[in-house]
Amino acid sequence: MPKTAALLRASALSILLASGAQAIEPGERLSDPALESRARALSAELRCLVCQNQSIDDSNAPLAKDLRLLVRERITAGDTDKDVLKFVVARYGDFVLLRPPFNLMTLALWLTPLLALIGGVIAFRRSFAALARSSPGEQPLSDAERRRLDEILRQPPDKSV
Amino acid sequence: MIVEIGHFALVLATVIAVVQLVVPAIGATTRNPAMMAIGGPAALTQALLVAISFAALTHAYVTSDFSVENVYINSHSAKPMLYKVSGVWGNHEGSMLLWVLILAIFGAAVAIYGDNLPDTFRARVLAVQASIGVAFLLFILLTSNPFNRLVPAAIEGRGLNPILQDPALAFHPPFLYVGYVGFSMAFSFAVAALWEGRIDAAWARWVRPWTLAAWMSLTLGIAMGSWWAYYELGWGGWWFWDPVENASFMPWLAGTALIHSAVVMEKREALKVWTILLAILAFSLSLLGAFLVRSGVLTSVHSFAVDPKRGVVILVIMSIFVGGALLLYAFRASELRTGGLFQPISREGALVLNNVLLTTATITVFVGTLYPLALEAFNGAKISVGPPYFNMTFVPLMIPLLLAIPVGTMLPWKRGDLFAALQRLTFVAVLSIAALLATFAIVRRGPWLAPVTIAIGAWVMIGSVYDWLSRIRAFEVGRDEMFRRARNLPRSAYGTLLAHFGVGIMVIGITATSAWQTEVIKAVKPGESLAIAGYEVTFRGTAPRRGPNYQETVGLFAVSKGGTPFLELEGTKRLYDAPRQATTEAAIHASMFGDLYVVLGDELSDGGYAVRAYFHPMVRLIWIGSIVMSLGGILSLLDRRLRVGAPTRARRREPQPAE
Repeated sequence: MPKTAALLRASALSILLASGAQAIEPGERLSDPALESRARALSAELRCLVCQNQSIDDSNAPLAKDLRLLVRERITAGDTDKDVLKFVVARYGDFVLLRPPFNLMTLALWLTPLLALIGGVIAFRRSFAALARSSPGEQPLSDAERRRLDEILRQPPDKSV
Repeated sequence: MIVEIGHFALVLATVIAVVQLVVPAIGATTRNPAMMAIGGPAALTQALLVAISFAALTHAYVTSDFSVENVYINSHSAKPMLYKVSGVWGNHEGSMLLWVLILAIFGAAVAIYGDNLPDTFRARVLAVQASIGVAFLLFILLTSNPFNRLVPAAIEGRGLNPILQDPALAFHPPFLYVGYVGFSMAFSFAVAALWEGRIDAAWARWVRPWTLAAWMSLTLGIAMGSWWAYYELGWGGWWFWDPVENASFMPWLAGTALIHSAVVMEKREALKVWTILLAILAFSLSLLGAFLVRSGVLTSVHSFAVDPKRGVVILVIMSIFVGGALLLYAFRASELRTGGLFQPISREGALVLNNVLLTTATITVFVGTLYPLALEAFNGAKISVGPPYFNMTFVPLMIPLLLAIPVGTMLPWKRGDLFAALQRLTFVAVLSIAALLATFAIVRRGPWLAPVTIAIGAWVMIGSVYDWLSRIRAFEVGRDEMFRRARNLPRSAYGTLLAHFGVGIMVIGITATSAWQTEVIKAVKPGESLAIAGYEVTFRGTAPRRGPNYQETVGLFAVSKGGTPFLELEGTKRLYDAPRQATTEAAIHASMFGDLYVVLGDELSDGGYAVRAYFHPMVRLIWIGSIVMSLGGILSLLDRRLRVGAPTRARRREPQPAE
């Protein structure tokens, strides 16, 4: 099956890349440290398309290198970070973004954590309320009980505990 | 011959597992003591047979018997002995055999220590445990038999993937599997409780130690994998939010929630239904992990098996167990009575908060890991969900969780006073803010959030120490009384303190290395040097060297600090003989403040080398923190009240005579 073969190849490739991962090379770096640090930050957001779950910052695949150079080229040309990402997405699609964009297709992805948290809080609040309803509730102390309690409280604390 | 014995033992084990599934189950339903009593001996026999089978495969690996296909594909006669042995589970078939072995050992443990469980309940637990065994034994025999012969036999094996020839990775899978499979105990107990229709605090007293043991092992297993990635992958990354990492992290998160909710159940008989659900979920996520890794549905470093047939079978197994358990839960959970009232502001309430946040975190990792697969299956769209997504969603969930730890441990059971607890923590808060200011003063760079998370780590650590001091009344009573109290504090209390302390250590390590790591990437010729984090690293050239089964190029580096040389480092590039693959071994120097990490890169056309040097501040705290967390688990396990098999109050319920 071609699909299996592709998977196998991808897996072999990723093993190869992981073992010798060398990522960014000395010659690629920009001389301006501010621009270079922007390039590094952007590199961590972009996926190496031929690897498994590696950013182009971490990968030494030729394609990753090309992308790193492309990012630096755009930054040197005066693009903002957003422009650079737009440029790369226009070429490679959303797949290249390690932080998926927020749109209709990724709605559930981005909202699930929030909904799960809210749902969890609501569920437990409800069960608290249900428990409280099913319990007899608090009764005020009678006078005799109050006197007895005062007596106990006035006793010197037990050092043995 | 030995190989055939192994194969035969595995077939027999399957038959015994079927007996262990069917007979005690019928016995429990018909209240037949003789039938129920079959469960124990069957579990022991099954464990023995699987052990024989595993030993047979190990023998084939150790003696390099290349007439066995599995050994031929995954081993080599020149491999060091350690990796011959670890090669047994360094492949799909062998690792499934290890999985089944651990499963059978856990089942045997119920048979040995389960005397104090009610007979019907024990029979049901053993039956459920056996059903998991049957599924995986059949899976091995029908799709992944490690005992297949190779005709004609090969003279030499193909060798183990060099990446796996590493001490940390050799023991990474067994630890992970003890964790994964250990949660099967909680699962079997949960399903048996639903089946039986009753559950009490003795349930939690039984489930907690086993879950704790599994959790500890999983913690160490994940830490080992992360430690390996750190020194092996060549740039010091220690966590990548890779789907395979997430596959082990999800059961860990659910298991962490489970050991906390089981405390509430044991002490206060509350959260029963929820704890049962968590027990089911923790093992379901372990099965999911097995599916993701074993099916090759996510192709990455860890996926050795890329056979879709196997994937489908594991998917079916997973659907049956997860679906069946959840269905049973849906029908029976309402019959379990809940008890133990408590106010939201209380120890129980704090543990509920822990559970809400950990469960949300689990769901977040789950969605992030599976969303790309689901979306692609749904409409073919391909997206990537990588570290930026997880950092954005997961970290905000962890911050309130960490902040709540010291407060929660200060709150009393049933009903607490939040304001009073916070007041008692004033001193801890002052020290944490001091840590924040000190961090700001020292580093003066990096993200603004980093000093805050350092302070949060300090808050958790100091909070644990303060909790201990206040429990032994260190500020109120004399020294002798203090020592007496310290001695009398139960070990489980020390376990909790230590585990939380470890969490704080880890938070500081993660923050420091993520925020203040520095790197220098430079082309250097022999004699040239580069400066990083106060070190001067001079490249002295390369030399070839021969290892047991690889050839390597050794890069020699002289390190000096303030002009005085004090260290020689070797960073190498290896080429293994079989299979011919390259690996990088980084040169790492650990100091109190962090690791100097030097990697020899490719040779450049002018005779120089690309050299990468990194400084990872306090990175070791990540793994030290995990070890401290696990030690906390061990301390807890040593507690008398929790000792496996010795729950003092669990009474043996005599079986009712059949009517």
